[in-house]
Amino acid sequence: MNLQPAQPEKLNAWERVILPDVPGLQKIDFYLANGGYKALKKALELKPEEVIEEVKKSNLRGRGGACFPTGLKWSFMPKKSDKPKYLCVNGDESEPGTFKDRQIFEFNPHLLIEGTLIACYAMGMTAAYIYIRGEYGKWIRMLQKALDDACANGFVGDKILGTDFSTHITIHRGAGAYICGEESSLMNSIEGQRGYPRVKPPFPAQNGLWGCPTTINNVETISNIPVIIKNGWKWYSQVGAVKHPGPLLVGVSGHVNNPGVFEMPTGEPLLEIIHKWAGGVPGNKGIKAVIPGGSSTMMLRGDQLEGIRMDVDSLKAAGSSVGTAGIIVMDSDTDLIQVITRITEFYYRESCGQCTPCREGTVWMYKILKRFEQYQAVAEDIDLLMDIANNIEGNTICALGDAAAWPVQSMIRRFRDEFEKRVHESQHRVVA
Amino acid sequence: MLTEENKNKVEELRKRYPTSQALLLPVLWMIQEQEGSLSEESMKYAGSLLNIPYSHILGVVTFYTMLHRKSSARYRIDVCTNVSCMLRGSGKILEHIEKRLGIKPGEVTSDKKWTLEETECLGSCGTAPMLAIGDEYYENLTLEKVDKLLESLQ
Ligand SMILES: Cc1cc2nc3c(=O)[nH]c(=O)nc-3n(C[C@H](O)[C@H](O)[C@H](O)COP(=O)(O)O)c2cc1C
Ligand code: SF4
Ligand code: FES
Repeated sequence: MNLQPAQPEKLNAWERVILPDVPGLQKIDFYLANGGYKALKKALELKPEEVIEEVKKSNLRGRGGACFPTGLKWSFMPKKSDKPKYLCVNGDESEPGTFKDRQIFEFNPHLLIEGTLIACYAMGMTAAYIYIRGEYGKWIRMLQKALDDACANGFVGDKILGTDFSTHITIHRGAGAYICGEESSLMNSIEGQRGYPRVKPPFPAQNGLWGCPTTINNVETISNIPVIIKNGWKWYSQVGAVKHPGPLLVGVSGHVNNPGVFEMPTGEPLLEIIHKWAGGVPGNKGIKAVIPGGSSTMMLRGDQLEGIRMDVDSLKAAGSSVGTAGIIVMDSDTDLIQVITRITEFYYRESCGQCTPCREGTVWMYKILKRFEQYQAVAEDIDLLMDIANNIEGNTICALGDAAAWPVQSMIRRFRDEFEKRVHESQHRVVA
Repeated sequence: MLTEENKNKVEELRKRYPTSQALLLPVLWMIQEQEGSLSEESMKYAGSLLNIPYSHILGVVTFYTMLHRKSSARYRIDVCTNVSCMLRGSGKILEHIEKRLGIKPGEVTSDKKWTLEETECLGSCGTAPMLAIGDEYYENLTLEKVDKLLESLQ
């Protein structure tokens, strides 16, 4: 599919490290010829705590949605444990607007495997599970092939590279459920249960998979680990935004001429990403709205984009978040009521139904939005919608509830005029 | 009921997981790939293989959208209608398929060849609009591409 479409020369300044411009890298010979598995060797010469220190100092933040500092998360794992420790690599990738982890499975699977091994070494794990959404059957086979090759070459399994370090990696195929990307639901899914999120605390580092200490990291996060070890934390921490450094896989979809996944340093200007990297809006239309990081992140107005950058601080200040860096662009002709109705329908369908605010609230919001979509809304519906969203937010077991509330809240706050217009049209619509 | 090859795979997998319950999804996938769907009989078979009660298995199977208790048609077309696809015309694609096959989402053609579903984002937003048939993704769709695809599948 679309490994980074062609881009203007000016933007080529960034030499890609997660998805390098090297055809055939998915083959182990090519990967090795291009310096592959050297970071693993280097890591095995360090003490495990030194590897964690390196990741901490690099300031890498998770790429799965919450931007949590990875080194800090790793340091929550107990050093000594009577029970085995586990790593779960999250490749559920089901957040609408997100299609980046898939590129790693396809174009650089060994980077992910190498990162998984280094993470296991650093935290003392003897088993890792890479959980991949069921729909990615083709990409699961690609990763499995790479994994088999890595095993055959002695990088995975017992006594890796002749050291005392042993670890096994197993790919676990999901079966269609957005919620299984939530970390505790993912663990239940691996255990062979329904994918219900667990109440926290206890946190996974104490009580995770099969009650054992567990760390969950996103596929892209883990793929950054070999890059950090190879180049050192100093180099890494100076790429892109200071508080949120490193290369970032940015997906751009919706109304752009050149959609795709682009690798760039964090902190690039949002407008530049849309206009230069992704080729601008078809027909040179204006931008009405942008979702910056997958459908769960707060929607931005087209006229507020100036100065916003793709990093944790800049997007926070703008009243949104980086999420999965899946940018969705909507041109000036977009019917935003239809967009928010579809987004809300998604959360209502994917709610696991454990908590009342999420189970009931999402369906209420959907029904009210349907009234807007079908020109049957009344003025009170706007505040009613806001009230429901506010009562879901923060009152649920997992963050799916928040993810359903935020798009609605941001839409009402930033595009109240669209709702009011629809109410007006509902009352004055001439039925043909 | 599993093939010998799959039985061996199960034994290999037992070494990878500390509980046999964790093998449930992998085993259900194997059965579904072998037989097209998960009958009551095959779910009970999985239960005996892994020592899991049938009620638990039924609970799991009904939770996940990709596990099917009956196969309704030869080809299942999943059209993504989530935001990125919607912005790039998935509505027209869906409508075109509905007209061509004479069915709405959730229905099966009378010759049992096709069934149609609207699905959530399939991680292909950069090549929208798209649809999936089984493991195969069809991307950057146009109405002509859809016509050709439907004609090519027998
Ligand atoms: C409803 C929901 C869905 C999620 N889906 C994913 C997903 O598909 N992939 C992912 O990496 N993280 C997903 N997450 C975030 C995970 O719970 C977790 O924070 C993440 O995998 C941690 O990895 P990181 O620290 O490397 O970012 C989801 C969270 C929620 C609440
Ligand atoms: S917030 Fe929604 S998805 Fe999450 S546990 Fe509660 S009901 Fe389930
Ligand atoms: S929205 Fe259709 S593949 Fe993502």
